[in-house]
Amino acid sequence: MSLFTMPSLGADMEEGKLVEWLVKPGQRVLRGDVVAVVETQKGAIEIEIFEAGEIGELLAQVGQTLPVGAPLARLGPAGEAEAGAPPAAPGSPREIPKALESPAPLPAQKPATEPAAPVPAAASGAVLASPAARVRASELGIALDVVTGSGPGGAVLLSDVERDAPARPAPVAEPVKDERPKGKPGLDMAEMRRAIAAAMVRAKREIPHYYLSHEIDLQAAQDWLSAQNSERPPDRRLLMGALLIRATVRALARAPELNGRFEADPYAPSAPVHCGLAVAMRGGGLIAPAIVDAQGMGLDAIMEAMRDIVTRARTGRLRNSEITQGTITVSSLGETGVDALIGVIYPPQVALVGFGTPRPRPLVRNGAVQPRLAIVATLAADHRISDGRRGALFLAEINRLLQEPESP
Amino acid sequence: MTPADLRAAFIADLTAVAPDLDPATIEDNDHLQDDLGLDSMDFLKLISALHKRFNLPIPEADYPRLATPAKAAAYLAEMLAT
Repeated sequence: MSLFTMPSLGADMEEGKLVEWLVKPGQRVLRGDVVAVVETQKGAIEIEIFEAGEIGELLAQVGQTLPVGAPLARLGPAGEAEAGAPPAAPGSPREIPKALESPAPLPAQKPATEPAAPVPAAASGAVLASPAARVRASELGIALDVVTGSGPGGAVLLSDVERDAPARPAPVAEPVKDERPKGKPGLDMAEMRRAIAAAMVRAKREIPHYYLSHEIDLQAAQDWLSAQNSERPPDRRLLMGALLIRATVRALARAPELNGRFEADPYAPSAPVHCGLAVAMRGGGLIAPAIVDAQGMGLDAIMEAMRDIVTRARTGRLRNSEITQGTITVSSLGETGVDALIGVIYPPQVALVGFGTPRPRPLVRNGAVQPRLAIVATLAADHRISDGRRGALFLAEINRLLQEPESP
Repeated sequence: MTPADLRAAFIADLTAVAPDLDPATIEDNDHLQDDLGLDSMDFLKLISALHKRFNLPIPEADYPRLATPAKAAAYLAEMLAT
């Protein structure tokens, strides 16, 4: 029996709001299954479970804002959840703050005779209410004793509070929260700005960056891409961005120390490449979800992964593994930007590759000046981990790989 | 389809790709990338949607002809007429 807790989705995250349960008690789950949705500074994030088993009691209710580490559910070995944790009566009041003080209660310490029927609320006088209802009522400034409860024993449930809410004056903060851009549920721009600020301040405070820049002849890659795409329907067409990502991921084989997360001393590079992709939000801000296990992917697989992750970053939901496990980030200005992007590393990663906007440039080929499509690739890297010589080798390898776009 | 129908279909596919855009505020001559902030991935998804809706090939060489809603409606009308 273990506890599934509110995960940390970044060093700057202190709490998250549970917005949806995707599992029920008794349901079997596998490692990596998405079990809940939590609203954070990065929008609504699908939370995966990192242990197989059977979901026991759900300890947190939809609507609750809980600190990182707070228990969300019990998880038992498959088939044993019932025996391990006597199910609480629906709607029976639980003291959430108490649960937080002891985040890992042992099932054995629970009295075998834990009441199956609702018990009177000890916390706030005579009013029976679920924890979520209490939280919501306090947010709305509603006194619980004026709400008619529909739960067991007349307990006030979250739905009872919500039902009464529109009739009552909402606190000033509420309407502001609702002015979120459409299309990205749960995204709060001010919160996202704060998250970016926290990460970038940490990067500039802790990471001694060094920077390298290299102009790359992109004409061969562009010609190959155009020929490929002329034979493909739009659904299967490739973007230059996919070639840039693939070249970056493959070039890491020459400088593997640039791929990793500096979370413990001594630093150990990561074998898998979880390649973060900086995705700009139209309303401002950005998010850098990772293409997980990109090291073995071919071009079409990388393109599909990019399509999927950009779509979900913009309009859907990302998973916690995608926003917490990146080992390197690529930031690309795309087709309508400027020449070069000198990046800031996304901690605790140790390198960021920037690509400017490809432009026709006068390049010398075989002793003659020719108009060629060119792109400036840059590397921002952590000088605690690598030196300029290794970084240069890495950028040169990206260049070399982009000259052979046809190699599988 | 009338030009108005084509424009409406284009705007529908555009706002499906970029749901944060408000259809009411999109101008005929707004540039999809410069004014509306679409990136190359958004644009490719829009082309895919138009390809499915109208069964037109829309090769890459024609992309500049879909740079604004007005241009795109004219392009679609021309392609569907032939």
